[in-house]
Amino acid sequence: MTEFTLKDRMAMARQKMPEQEPVERRGNFTEVNLGFTAELAVAEAQRCLMCRRPVCIEGCPVGVQIRDFIGLVAEGDFDGAAKVIKLDNSLPAVCGRVCPQEDQCEGACVLGRKDKPIAIGALERFVADYERLNGIATADAPPVSTGKSVAIVGSGPAGLACATDLARLGHDVTVFEALHVLGGVLSYGIPEFRLPKEIVQAEIIQLEKLGVTFTTNAVIGMIDTLDDLLGEEGFDAIFVGVGAGLPRFPAIPGENLVGVYSANEFLTRVNLMKAYKPDAETPVYDVTGKTVAVFGGGNTAMDAVRTAVRLGAAKASIVYRRSEAEMPARNEEIVHAKHEGVEFRMLANPVEFLGNEEGVLTAMRLQEMELGEPDQSGRQSPVPITGSEWVEDVDMVVVAIGNSPNPLLQKTTPDLEQTRRGTLVADGVTGRTSKHGVFAGGDIVTGGATVILAMGAGRRAAVSINDYLNTGEWEIEPEAPLVG
Amino acid sequence: MFNILEARDLAPGVRYVRVEAPKIARRRKAGQFVIIRATSDGERIPLTIADSNAEEGWIALIVQGVGKATKTLNRLGAGDAIPDVAGPLGMPSRIERFGTVVSIGGGVGTAIAYPSAVALKEAGNQVISIIGGRDSSYVLLEEEMRAVCDEVYPTTDDGSYGYHGFVTDKLTDLIEEGRHLDFVLAIGPIPMMKAVAEVTRPHSIETVVSLNPIMVDGTGMCGGCRVAVGGETKFACVDGPEFDAHLVDFELLAMRNRAYAGFENTRLDEMDQECDRPQLLPVVPGGSA
Ligand SMILES: Cc1cc2nc3c(=O)[nH]c(=O)nc-3n(C[C@H](O)[C@H](O)[C@H](O)COP(=O)(O)OP(=O)(O)OC[C@H]3O[C@@H](n4cnc5c(N)ncnc54)[C@H](O)[C@@H]3O)c2cc1C
Ligand SMILES: Cc1cc2nc3c(=O)[nH]c(=O)nc-3n(C[C@H](O)[C@H](O)[C@H](O)COP(=O)(O)OP(=O)(O)OC[C@H]3O[C@@H](n4cnc5c(N)ncnc54)[C@H](O)[C@@H]3O)c2cc1C
Ligand code: SF4
Ligand code: SF4
Ligand code: FES
Repeated sequence: MTEFTLKDRMAMARQKMPEQEPVERRGNFTEVNLGFTAELAVAEAQRCLMCRRPVCIEGCPVGVQIRDFIGLVAEGDFDGAAKVIKLDNSLPAVCGRVCPQEDQCEGACVLGRKDKPIAIGALERFVADYERLNGIATADAPPVSTGKSVAIVGSGPAGLACATDLARLGHDVTVFEALHVLGGVLSYGIPEFRLPKEIVQAEIIQLEKLGVTFTTNAVIGMIDTLDDLLGEEGFDAIFVGVGAGLPRFPAIPGENLVGVYSANEFLTRVNLMKAYKPDAETPVYDVTGKTVAVFGGGNTAMDAVRTAVRLGAAKASIVYRRSEAEMPARNEEIVHAKHEGVEFRMLANPVEFLGNEEGVLTAMRLQEMELGEPDQSGRQSPVPITGSEWVEDVDMVVVAIGNSPNPLLQKTTPDLEQTRRGTLVADGVTGRTSKHGVFAGGDIVTGGATVILAMGAGRRAAVSINDYLNTGEWEIEPEAPLVG
Repeated sequence: MFNILEARDLAPGVRYVRVEAPKIARRRKAGQFVIIRATSDGERIPLTIADSNAEEGWIALIVQGVGKATKTLNRLGAGDAIPDVAGPLGMPSRIERFGTVVSIGGGVGTAIAYPSAVALKEAGNQVISIIGGRDSSYVLLEEEMRAVCDEVYPTTDDGSYGYHGFVTDKLTDLIEEGRHLDFVLAIGPIPMMKAVAEVTRPHSIETVVSLNPIMVDGTGMCGGCRVAVGGETKFACVDGPEFDAHLVDFELLAMRNRAYAGFENTRLDEMDQECDRPQLLPVVPGGSA
């Protein structure tokens, strides 16, 4: 293999991810990014400086051995690279696609300071896809059983990551999921064109091979409470990873008109219930040739607006109350949305939705905003400009201003301490909650965050659950940082 | 998979379906519902648990075929199985010792009112039941109601059976006769529930209705089932489905339930073309819209 000097490596250009052309992809739900070819992957990996102190790893919430796996990709050992990644990340095909890399691994890469960071996400995705498509994924043989059983509530990334580690340790793991499909937001929220559902399913099959039991249609809190699981169902410990699935509405007049959706409902109808397919049984509002406005600036808003484009909207826009610099969405999603013709309207906020006598949305009243003092999030807070209101026609509106924790589970578990925001109180390191034997992690503890943070929390909890199962000791450091 | 143990017709287009679901049978309380999918690519639809038996491990659903999902379910019989049944969902009915209560069921609404009537009787109430139907064939569960209630009044719009008139007419009669009523539970088509609310409002009789907005997940995740109650937005699947009738915005509910009217008609047309015996069945007065 060719030896490159540091200078050679620095001179190489960052490889570009091949993608479907915007005109073409506007009309379909297949994945936008096409993935690196083996040649592109090797070429990109060769740019890596193999830093003595790989700062990229510090940017990754689960500490993927980035330098080592990239080194193996550069040598063409994709199988070896997959093994390295899987030591720390059990869902690399997912993370490679959806992590906000610019804020995490790629944001930390030394090459980012001068020029372009290594395309770590794209490489991770390539390696994971290579492994899956070539069928070399070697599910480890189920280990010797410890005789202990753990119930995992919720099958999103937090629950799946926790289940993986506990199953590998030989515990008997059962995942309870409220919906009829597993995967949490990965299945019902993030659209097919960004994360093909086949990939999520492949990861779940791996877990089944590890011996994990999945029970769908199980709404914990309704069919069994946490006390039932620990009591009559005989589980030794519980991990709660139920996410933050309660959609927020702006509390303005007209928000219940037909044509006003929460992002959760719109995306669930399209992704989970496959309403984008012509023969689907579940309907979604017909937006062909219509005007759609999506409120919000996060990944959810981008997913909703790009879904509306694909369903045939003539005009689709993002309406955000701050400026583009404050938008929490991944850069790539913003760029993709723009290329697909989405209009970005910054510093605007809805104050009312207007409808006809049939109760159907026809227009919205917006107001102009300006940026004021920084708020708790450190971002400048949007302030309405008085007298700046105007009305314009719109056929469908999607509200994507965030989700709160769903209180369903807490309602039946009064001894599970929660914060005023409704998130569960859990030790930031061990995931231990105020209730003996119950651990929690992911969005239910942090509020809406990211896939990789949820997975990291699931994995840390798995370590602590294993300790608890082995020692029977239940200790919560009073000084330990409580997240929530 | 959930096995169907028994399925039979109760009225034209209305079926009684008994499904094996031991866990739900043990946990469920009156007023709660399940979300089912009749086929592996089917829609998620909410159906009230009309009855259950914890020892034998089954729940019973009473299903009115109004659209594709319900009609698909109603074509299944004993020995068939359905892929998904999730529940119990929703808040249980408020069961207290009120005194004299009236349980009003319109069409398939009677099926939803039945378990609550049983629970209200068990709680020591004097229970009067009014069962309304368009004609005699739509008066459901009369025998079952007679077995638990103190008084049962079937009513038909056309006078073909029982009292000639709407359920609200019978209710008004009771009030005018000077009967003291402490609590009214009304379940049926939206116009019926709205009318009941207007009858009881001037007399300040506490009245509860069970709302049937369009649902997807049934767990509070989508907000599709939102209804306005006393000017506040509520999610019927987790905050309800039962609410104070005097505070419900019925117009909004009716409008939201029409959201997919065009789509559903296309689906039905396709379905009717697919099947040998066209199944466009008469719907209970007012329909579920
Ligand atoms: C549209 C959208 C796009 C996003 N895009 C990105 C992205 O690009 N990158 C990124 O990093 N993050 C993204 N996120 C955020 C990310 O998906 C979440 O942070 C992450 O999924 C949280 O994982 P979790 O396991 O905590 O919960 P979830 O993924 O929410 O999973 C929780 C699961 O628990 C189930 N559940 C809830 N209550 C119960 C109960 N009582 N009993 C049984 N099961 C229950 C739910 O049905 C669900 O399946 C996005 C989120 C959304 C909504
Ligand atoms: C809590 C609750 C309990 C219910 N219990 C029962 C029951 O015990 N028996 C019974 O027969 N029906 C019940 N329903 C109504 C039943 O869910 C709907 O009739 C069914 O979803 C219609 O689906 P479809 O595909 O057959 O008809 P569609 O073709 O989807 O619709 C036909 C008509 O029904 C209405 N509708 C559509 N979807 C829904 C929906 N998800 N919920 C309510 N109405 C809808 C619309 O007005 C539409 O015009 C209940 C509804 C709720 C919310
Ligand atoms: S898991 Fe996410 S943050 Fe970590 S290396 Fe992979 S893409 Fe980067
Ligand atoms: S910081 Fe960048 S260049 Fe250095 S090892 Fe990590 S990926 Fe390679
Ligand atoms: S049905 Fe989705 S929130 Fe009620």
